Amino acid sequence: MISFLSHLVNGLSLGSVYAIIALGYSMVYGIAKMLNFAHGDVIMVGAYISFCATQYWGLPPLVSVLCSMVVCTVLGIIIERLAYKPLRQAGSLAVLITAIGVSYLLQNLALLIWGANPKVFSSVISLAGFTLFDGQLKITGEVVVTVVTCVAVMLLLTWFTGKTRTGRAIRAVSEDKGAAQLMGINVNFSISLTFAIGSFLAAIAGVLLCSSYNTLMPTTGSMPGIKAFTAAVFGGIGSIPGAMLGGILLGLIEIFGRAYISTELADAIVFAVLIIILLVKPSGLLGKNVQEKV
Amino acid sequence: MSKKWKKYGSYALPFALVIISFIVCEILISGGKMSRSLKGQLIPICAYIVMALSLNLVVGFSGELSLGHAGFMSVGAFAGAIVSGWLLNGAGMENATLRLIIALAAGGIFAGIAGVLIGIPVLRLRGDYLAIVTLAFGEIIRNVLNCCYFSVNEGKLLIGFNNANLPGTILVNGPQGAVKVAKIATFEVGFALVLFTLLVIMNLVRSRSGRAIMAIRDNRIAAEASGLNVTKYKMMAFVTSAVLAGMAGALYGLSFSTFAAAKFKFDTSINILVFVVLGGIGNIPGSIIAAAVLTILPEQLRAFSDYRMLAYAVVLILMMLITNNAKLKGFVMTLRENRKKKKLPDAAAEAGQTKGGEQA
Amino acid sequence: MTQSAKRRPDTKMVPVPSTSIIPERDLGKLPVLECQHLGIDFGGLKAVDDFNITIGRTEIAGLIGPNGAGKTTVFNLLTKVYEPTRGTVMLNGIDMHGMDTVAANKQGIARTFQNIRLFSNMTVEDNVRIGLHNQIRYGMFSGILRAPSFWKKEKEQHERSLELLSIFGMQDLADVQAGSLPYGAQRRLEIVRALATNPSLLLLDEPAAGMNPHETEELMNNIIRIRDLFQIAVLLIEHDMNLVMGICEGICVLNYGRIIAKGTAAEIQQNPVVIEAYLGKQKKEAQEA
Repeated sequence: MISFLSHLVNGLSLGSVYAIIALGYSMVYGIAKMLNFAHGDVIMVGAYISFCATQYWGLPPLVSVLCSMVVCTVLGIIIERLAYKPLRQAGSLAVLITAIGVSYLLQNLALLIWGANPKVFSSVISLAGFTLFDGQLKITGEVVVTVVTCVAVMLLLTWFTGKTRTGRAIRAVSEDKGAAQLMGINVNFSISLTFAIGSFLAAIAGVLLCSSYNTLMPTTGSMPGIKAFTAAVFGGIGSIPGAMLGGILLGLIEIFGRAYISTELADAIVFAVLIIILLVKPSGLLGKNVQEKV
Repeated sequence: MSKKWKKYGSYALPFALVIISFIVCEILISGGKMSRSLKGQLIPICAYIVMALSLNLVVGFSGELSLGHAGFMSVGAFAGAIVSGWLLNGAGMENATLRLIIALAAGGIFAGIAGVLIGIPVLRLRGDYLAIVTLAFGEIIRNVLNCCYFSVNEGKLLIGFNNANLPGTILVNGPQGAVKVAKIATFEVGFALVLFTLLVIMNLVRSRSGRAIMAIRDNRIAAEASGLNVTKYKMMAFVTSAVLAGMAGALYGLSFSTFAAAKFKFDTSINILVFVVLGGIGNIPGSIIAAAVLTILPEQLRAFSDYRMLAYAVVLILMMLITNNAKLKGFVMTLRENRKKKKLPDAAAEAGQTKGGEQA
Repeated sequence: MTQSAKRRPDTKMVPVPSTSIIPERDLGKLPVLECQHLGIDFGGLKAVDDFNITIGRTEIAGLIGPNGAGKTTVFNLLTKVYEPTRGTVMLNGIDMHGMDTVAANKQGIARTFQNIRLFSNMTVEDNVRIGLHNQIRYGMFSGILRAPSFWKKEKEQHERSLELLSIFGMQDLADVQAGSLPYGAQRRLEIVRALATNPSLLLLDEPAAGMNPHETEELMNNIIRIRDLFQIAVLLIEHDMNLVMGICEGICVLNYGRIIAKGTAAEIQQNPVVIEAYLGKQKKEAQEA
């Protein structure tokens, strides 16, 4: 029972990280209609920046997180401007390949700068955890911070896209770029802003992920990136609660699969569940089904 | 003239390309002029050409983005290694070429079965959803293969799932992959496989079924209204592609003494997709050239190992930007035209070449 | 122009049991299409409701109505893009319940689309060959192995495609990429492709859209010629009243998903309900004609 609860807590924590990444991924996909494969690598960059800030520059952990947020946000905007914006009229395959190129670029730059050896990432969270059931179930500060951050991010994003002018503009551009432009919405700004938000969230996710797992490599971001996209699809792409739900479910499935079925097959189980969901509900759990008009 | 060229010339071009390259390679090998490292790459090049051509059938002609093509390659590689190992250790077949051919066929059949099993659910989805699910299947195949154990004991093939304690000669050892594989793949058979693949794809595309596949890509709704069974033809392209990829996998696997499923992970699928896209979607000679060049280059650039992948990434991004952005494309065109004015004959020939490359 | 405005089909129409009319010449033959109480709901909206129609073997029928009346939805119901919520569709006496688009086509319904849907990266001839897909067949392996049946059937397909293209005099365009054709030619190619599937009922969704009066006149003649040549029925949606009144024998007027009138061109033009719902603005023009 206690082990079940501890897996549950771990699953929630990992799921919250996936959810944060998936929120960014989902927004970017919604507005740019592209699989941003480089998103996972922005997570990695965020973690490295925070690592450098604490280890080499001797900055306090919280400042290091701020640094990584700023760098990732700027990086996201630069990537969008240089690589994706020129391809706005191009086919989706060309954009996809470009995103893959950007992903390779970031990974190999990280490889050159920081080397291939894994770095030991010490947690930026100093909050002490607490124990339940007479010390049998330990909940670390990382878990608390991760879950709380995730919920806060979701609430903030829901408020932002629902209630603010800029947020509504982003939703309008996601729906129909041409019409949004005719309504006087600055499409380029909206897209840049979405990339900025997505990358900002990626930085948070990177720091949280590495705080929980303590290792950092140039390829750290790629698998969480793919899984977060899976989570976004799982929950229904474009939907903020969907991304959150998908991320958390994915984290739970992964941890429980690893614990109760097979360590080797944990990823396979995650992907198998995704496939089943998509077959039953092709638009994801909370997504809207759009039929092609004849 | 141009009509005839369109009909026969574009059919003969890829065959001519492959046959001439093969003859050149054979001459270089027999003259001892080919470097060791390049010689070692000939079989992988053949395998990757087949991979690129088969993926092009799905991406270019069927219009579906598949990100799990390496999964079929790994099924083929493992099936090939197991069948060839069993034939040698279990059935005592000594003839290496015969074993290789049977192994290729087995690789194709098993990958084809995987293709059917995956295609049934996957092909109901569209666009990016299909991409992400093929990616998922690629990862599932890799994970499952990591748990598989095969051995031959007294002529019998034993299979264990998550069970490493098998008696007899171990053929596949879980996460270690296929072990003690007899390296029976040859460049000549690889060349034959490339020709076979070309024949299948070119003939399929230029037939009733191929037209149906392309019609569904161009306009699914109109194709349905014209009485085309969309699922059938999508499956046809997908499974044919899987079979060819499986054969390529068997060829590839049998050129190593040991290989693990990790060799066929997501990155490999992406690399093959890059061959297809850089070679030109739906462009058959393009796929061949891109697969060959992009397999050779990274290996030959080992001296700059730190920077080669970086350069690869930059080249990839620039290529995409130049070929897909109207402004940049125009800019490159004007550069080319300026040069043409200065140096007419050379530039004209070059422009003609690139133009030919861009046509589907 | 003036001539076309005065043009009327002089078919004698007779009533048939299901509250519809068909040409007298088709009486006694199995009607091509019989819809009874056909309807579909989208959410709570009754997009089409209680749609009854009978179309004779060689009739040219028109389906008209204001924008959003549900005309294209009727086409989508007939071609099984949507499964109807209520009612039956009988095609050549066969109940189409549960069929999909492909089966509907094989049963003999072919259509064109309001927004042209050609296989634009393929040649004109290949577009027609797709229409011939189920008419002249050979298997995948015969194609890959270039078996004798491949050569024989390919030749057959080629000859038949050119024959069909020649209806519109398009045989010289066979090798042109379909997407690069001018607009009018694309519409004509869509009709040829639909004809290639050997239908007994041809559905044309705004065939004259974007055409000038001269082209429309030519199209009218061609629709009649196609009907006479292939002995098929045609049901068309059109906003060009000259075309509808000029060639349609039976006309059905749809508004808010329901049939508000049925009859011959002359009857429809004098029907006060129709004039109010649809021809209101064109009343003067209709009276002039």
